[in-house]
Amino acid sequence: MKSAVIVFPGSNCDRDMGVALTQATGREAQMVWHKDAALPQGLDMIALPGGFSFGDYLRCGAIAARAPIMRAVVDFAKRGGLVLGVCNGFQILIETGLLPGALMRNQTLKFICSDVHLSVETTRSPFTSAYGNRRVITVPIAHHDGAYIADDATLDRLEAEDRIAFRYVSAEGQPTADANPNGAARNIAGILSENRRVLGMMPHPERLADPALGGTDGAALFASLAAALEAA
Amino acid sequence: MSREPEVNQELAAGHGLKPDEYQRILDLLGRTPSFTELGIFSAMWNEHCSYKSSKKWLRTLPTTGPQVICGPGENAGVVDIGDGQAVVFKMESHNHPSYIEPYQGAATGVGGILRDVFTMGARPIAAMNSLSFGAPDHPKTRSLVAGVVAGIGGYGNCFGVPTVGGEVRFHAAYNGNCLVNAFAAGLADADKIFYSAASGVGMPVVYLGAKTGRDGVGGATMASAEFSDDAEEKRPTVQVGDPFTEKRLLEACLELMASGAVISIQDMGAAGLTCSAVEMGDKGGLGVELDLDAVPCREDAMTAYEMMLSESQERMLMVLRPEKEDVARAIFDKWDLDFAVVGQTIAEDRFLIRHGGETKGDLPLKALSGTAPEYDRPWVETPAAAPLGDVPDCDPAADLLALMGTPNLCSRAWVWRQYDHMVMADTVVRPGSDAAVVRVHGTAKALAFTSDVTPRYCKTNPVEGGKQAVAEAYRNLSATGARPLATTDNLNFGNPERPAVMGQFVGCIQGIGAACSALGMPVVSGNVSLYNETNAQAILPTPTIGAVGLLESLEQMIPMAPGAGDTLVLIGETKGHLGQSAWAWELHGRDEGDAPPVDLDAERRAGDLIRSLKARDLITAAHDLSDGGLAIAAAEMAIASGTGVTLEQAPGLGPAAWFFGEDQGRYLVGCADPDAVVAAAKEAGLAARTVGAMGGDQIILGDTALPLATLAEAHCTGFARLMGEA
Repeated sequence: MKSAVIVFPGSNCDRDMGVALTQATGREAQMVWHKDAALPQGLDMIALPGGFSFGDYLRCGAIAARAPIMRAVVDFAKRGGLVLGVCNGFQILIETGLLPGALMRNQTLKFICSDVHLSVETTRSPFTSAYGNRRVITVPIAHHDGAYIADDATLDRLEAEDRIAFRYVSAEGQPTADANPNGAARNIAGILSENRRVLGMMPHPERLADPALGGTDGAALFASLAAALEAA
Repeated sequence: MSREPEVNQELAAGHGLKPDEYQRILDLLGRTPSFTELGIFSAMWNEHCSYKSSKKWLRTLPTTGPQVICGPGENAGVVDIGDGQAVVFKMESHNHPSYIEPYQGAATGVGGILRDVFTMGARPIAAMNSLSFGAPDHPKTRSLVAGVVAGIGGYGNCFGVPTVGGEVRFHAAYNGNCLVNAFAAGLADADKIFYSAASGVGMPVVYLGAKTGRDGVGGATMASAEFSDDAEEKRPTVQVGDPFTEKRLLEACLELMASGAVISIQDMGAAGLTCSAVEMGDKGGLGVELDLDAVPCREDAMTAYEMMLSESQERMLMVLRPEKEDVARAIFDKWDLDFAVVGQTIAEDRFLIRHGGETKGDLPLKALSGTAPEYDRPWVETPAAAPLGDVPDCDPAADLLALMGTPNLCSRAWVWRQYDHMVMADTVVRPGSDAAVVRVHGTAKALAFTSDVTPRYCKTNPVEGGKQAVAEAYRNLSATGARPLATTDNLNFGNPERPAVMGQFVGCIQGIGAACSALGMPVVSGNVSLYNETNAQAILPTPTIGAVGLLESLEQMIPMAPGAGDTLVLIGETKGHLGQSAWAWELHGRDEGDAPPVDLDAERRAGDLIRSLKARDLITAAHDLSDGGLAIAAAEMAIASGTGVTLEQAPGLGPAAWFFGEDQGRYLVGCADPDAVVAAAKEAGLAARTVGAMGGDQIILGDTALPLATLAEAHCTGFARLMGEA
């Protein structure tokens, strides 16, 4: 699998994402600079990493969504390419219009860095297939603006189309208010595009994909990707 | 251009220069300085930049060792960690700005220390913060805590360095002067360290980074004076941080260094362009000529005086190889950073400043730092403390519950949840343990980080308090299995012109020096912050020790949480020292008695023992004993492991002395074979005894008990309660 990580000024999880992709696929992820106009040839998958692209100025992800490379990323997604956006990457995907809704300031108005429990809401995607029967996983969040919102019609449609990838849940798997760290609508932590090939999520699977770091629940996401691409 | 004020003794006084210091300038120049020159002298000769009160004593600290690549004097210390790699670290205060404007003060403190580290060619991999605030119920405390924590997070999170540890304390002595001490550590190749000494004549002096504005003009001078009630009027002297620019500056600097274009580099911190240019010239034995018309400015009509004293953030000064100018320009353009050739190195010993076709300054460069005043301030030894009188009654379980929920001992998760402590995906031990552990990326090695000081000990007995700060850092590193390497010291004190305060400073330095020598942890960098007083009320003497240890592999790492069924062995001697203890102070409001004495030889043997017990696979967990003694240490281990604990009452000591005494040099370890652990301790000449075991869901102390869940609840919600959020 040939993967690339888009690097914006202010990205700071680009290396972490590259390490996780390289480990899962056995092939070095390529770093692509935001000012480039074209993507490398033959890419199977693109990741938009976490961080503070353009300092979060104006609105998180808003300036990055208009970077030269993003036109090529949007074309890639529209042709059915796999795109993963984590944290700031999710914010950028929303600003490009590849995913619906918005990400608002956390309800507590504070930055939150903490492990959270997530339910894997669907395994019917190239990002989540490897989770199998594992319903509740632990993955960290680290954000200030991660409360997912959309109008009720959009939320209903996302649910009806099985496009909620992850929800914040209690250890027992319940989407309670206490388990919702940022005030996201319906405890939503990650969503899929209509063709199920674009995933945006606030939690950081790349940070818990290595036993030395205290957990490996994030690794199955990268394993899913590798498997999906091998099968293709 | 506005007319410059007339330079005289009164104007000099307004710049913080004493009459004899002004006279020294007149004698040095043989003329009256220009307005810009006066500003330069005030910037170079204030306490913050010149260390004029502290130098004499700083020289007594041990700063060398086989592991030390570069000791104090550069932007940060450099220590060998094997395999051609080095850790670069320093701690620095941003106290005064943080009190005046907590968010930006703390944020720019983080920015400054990160720049110190990457200026040396190291990529920052960990940050910590030691914070001291006033009484929890003081009207300013909550807003200072909220602002400082948000500022640290706002800067570090965006920059992308994990903030992995630190301290937070509360005491009324900090009501008018909070302390914000920021630590950063970075990783570099040992043979690719960059220094500030310029070399070569006629080399371009290049300005890189954010534009220069009027923010922070006179900041270093402000930081060298006491506060009175008008502190808030000084808000315009605080700089505003832009972590996004700093992140770009980091990446651009590291790329530039890798390209071979950099001869020397210095960040613009306190006193901005003045300090950085003088530093580069002075260290390289060269003069510097600056053309201020070339300096990128954010505001119109800035004067030479303002440009030389601006403390605008995220700026660097470097001397570049002229033949690499195109390479350098391409890198700056890539990162969209301002870049300008603002001068050149010259052979003469001159600091020449030109602006608008005029010479605004023409000073002997070497003399600017070389002839800075130095004082041997009078000092008096801190008198010996009266012994602690009658000890109040103690119900161990009830007292433990009360202590664990106090502002000084409750969980700090409220704070570190606001810091991204996992970015870079190498954080192995997160905040809340003895020391944080961060992997050396791509290797089996890891580094352990801690910051420690117990100010109430330092106030009572500066020498023992100074030793204790280092010893506790040594213990925290050892409890994680790391081998302590070196320290950085951030010395926060009151007004050094008062002999009692100077005596605290001298005593603490003596203690720190003795401990650093005995424990093999030389001081490789540091910072002094004096005049931490408001209306003549000094802070507690607070010499914060930041320390770094090495784990050759993660297999050497010792967790803090034992397993259910593990036996607990206490290593080190317990005499039941309650003087200056957290128990006496927090629960009974008594700050009496002497600080606990520190036996440095026993400390060293105990640390070595812990590492050897791990190597022999005899222990499952270890935790150092500090504030609150045995009971608090056991309770923290219980909360970390989610398992209850039983501790027996020792014969011969009262419950307060046994459970809450703060004798030094002690560790609590979890193990399966306590006899083997006790035997190993005896061999090392250390006291050791089985004191209890893990298991169940109760905390049982002698014949008192409480549920673990109750204790954990009090511990975890304490900080939110103090902030009025629970």
